[in-house]
Amino acid sequence: MQLDGLYQDIILDHYKHPQGRGLRDCADPQARVAEAHHVNPTCGDEVTVRVATDGSVLTDVSYDGMGCSISQASASVLHELLHGRAVADAFGVHEAFVELMSGRGQVTPDEDVLGDGVAFAGVARYPARVKCALLPWMAFKDAAARAGVGASPEVKA
Amino acid sequence: MTTIAIPAGMPQYDDMPRFDVERVRADFPILDREVNGHPLVYLDSANTSHKPRQVLDVLAGHYAQHNANVSRSVHTLGTEATEAYEGARAKIATFVNAPSVDEVVFTKNSTEAINLVAYAFSNASLRADADSRFRLGPGDEVVISEMEHHSNIVPWQLLCERTGATLRWFSVTENGRLDESNLDELVTERTKIVSLVHMSNILGTVNATSRITARVREVGALLLLDCSQSVPHLPVDVVDLDADFIVFTGHKMCGPTGIGVLWGRAELLAAMPPVFGGGSMIETVTMQRSTFAAPPARFEAGTPPIAEAVALGAAVDYLTGIGMRAIQWHEKEITAYALDALASVPGLRIFGPTVPVGRGGTISFALGDIHPHDVGQVLDALGVQVRVGHHCARPVCVRYGVPATTRASFYLYTTTGEIDALVRGLEQVRKVFG
Repeated sequence: MQLDGLYQDIILDHYKHPQGRGLRDCADPQARVAEAHHVNPTCGDEVTVRVATDGSVLTDVSYDGMGCSISQASASVLHELLHGRAVADAFGVHEAFVELMSGRGQVTPDEDVLGDGVAFAGVARYPARVKCALLPWMAFKDAAARAGVGASPEVKA
Repeated sequence: MTTIAIPAGMPQYDDMPRFDVERVRADFPILDREVNGHPLVYLDSANTSHKPRQVLDVLAGHYAQHNANVSRSVHTLGTEATEAYEGARAKIATFVNAPSVDEVVFTKNSTEAINLVAYAFSNASLRADADSRFRLGPGDEVVISEMEHHSNIVPWQLLCERTGATLRWFSVTENGRLDESNLDELVTERTKIVSLVHMSNILGTVNATSRITARVREVGALLLLDCSQSVPHLPVDVVDLDADFIVFTGHKMCGPTGIGVLWGRAELLAAMPPVFGGGSMIETVTMQRSTFAAPPARFEAGTPPIAEAVALGAAVDYLTGIGMRAIQWHEKEITAYALDALASVPGLRIFGPTVPVGRGGTISFALGDIHPHDVGQVLDALGVQVRVGHHCARPVCVRYGVPATTRASFYLYTTTGEIDALVRGLEQVRKVFG
């Protein structure tokens, strides 16, 4: 089978052993918490991403959802890469992941930035599956914006 | 040794019409190709069917030899194109045993055909002088079922929103059958139209409609049957069905995309107000107002998909040549084989009837907890093309508590060897995700 590029062991591992799964409440009453629920209408995959932040750091990125291995592993990688990160760093990672997934397999990912996210390089060659991989990342973007740390100019800089 | 003779009058199985599947397959050029290094195993005919050479030749031949606009030209090419287009209408009328050729309205697809009827209701509801059977308002009801394709749900939801009518629906039983237990409470004097799927595109269930038809007649409502999945696969006779409208689409029955059919009883079509306005659908036009042509032209505004209609006529010729009873019987055998084969796969759960009775060759299933996207992707790597997702019938998925299913669907060119390839593929899926 020619699926090795798609179903990397890293992806299957995140799918079978998801990191940080489950929506968590935030102990800090001062924190800004918001979530976003995204659906892939063509296949019914769903994910909810919740962001807790003090304005400069993403104190938690939690999630829940159901769907295919690609979408669920992607949510696990999202959590691993972004929780506890400075907001500005997090959006750098977000941008790199979106660029990788939009690259039709022509983008070489930077492991220092994307960590386990590099395993999704192969997914970019399957147009039907790019949406699966991006689902939690798009939900994250919405949740972050609702928590007041959206992709505003000062965050991006 | 005792021999048992089947008594006269009982079905004689030897009499079942048959055809040579390999010879049929030779008519479909695409079946020769490979996918990802494997022979193509196409198990997605409920989505769209493939097209035989006989249809492709007519499609290309029409453009190459007879291309002109229809119903408006005195020249030779225009006459030829019009004859071909109207000839296709006649073939389709015969195919579904329509009492009159004027009862066949060409549309883009089934979705457009259902929307056409829904908007005719909508337009009639705005006019006090319209036929009361098409007028809807608060207190009136439209009845559908939980088994419908989105194309037979959303148009009625929108119609009810526009008119204030109420939408109600039949449920689906655990075994994937239409739950008719509350028929008399559901279809009442308040019901104006019942719109039901004839064969489910996700469960494969073929609905027995006679009880519902009887009730619809009793309360004076209208009956529309969505035959998108039945007309391609079994003999459909509109007189026998005693429906008021049926819809179906060309691309699922060996024809091209972009052409579908609304069949309606002549008297009803004549009472229906127009939906799309434009050329070809008028009788006379002044700057103040217009009068309209008789059906079917009244519902075919603008230049229609001419070559597609002609090619659909060729598809009907092709299917008729093989025989719809033979196709139905072939698919019954394939379905029985597939149901047995799939039952041998550990952890596989079928949604819908698990016996090859009152069902067609469309089987939806779950493989353990493995997501259908992943099932479909691994199968694709082996050349096996199935559909995964909610199949535009999300309420059915909700009914069974799953976000999506994997669906294998068959046609006249499907072989038992292809079912074996599917089962082998599912073993691979279990290895990757088990």
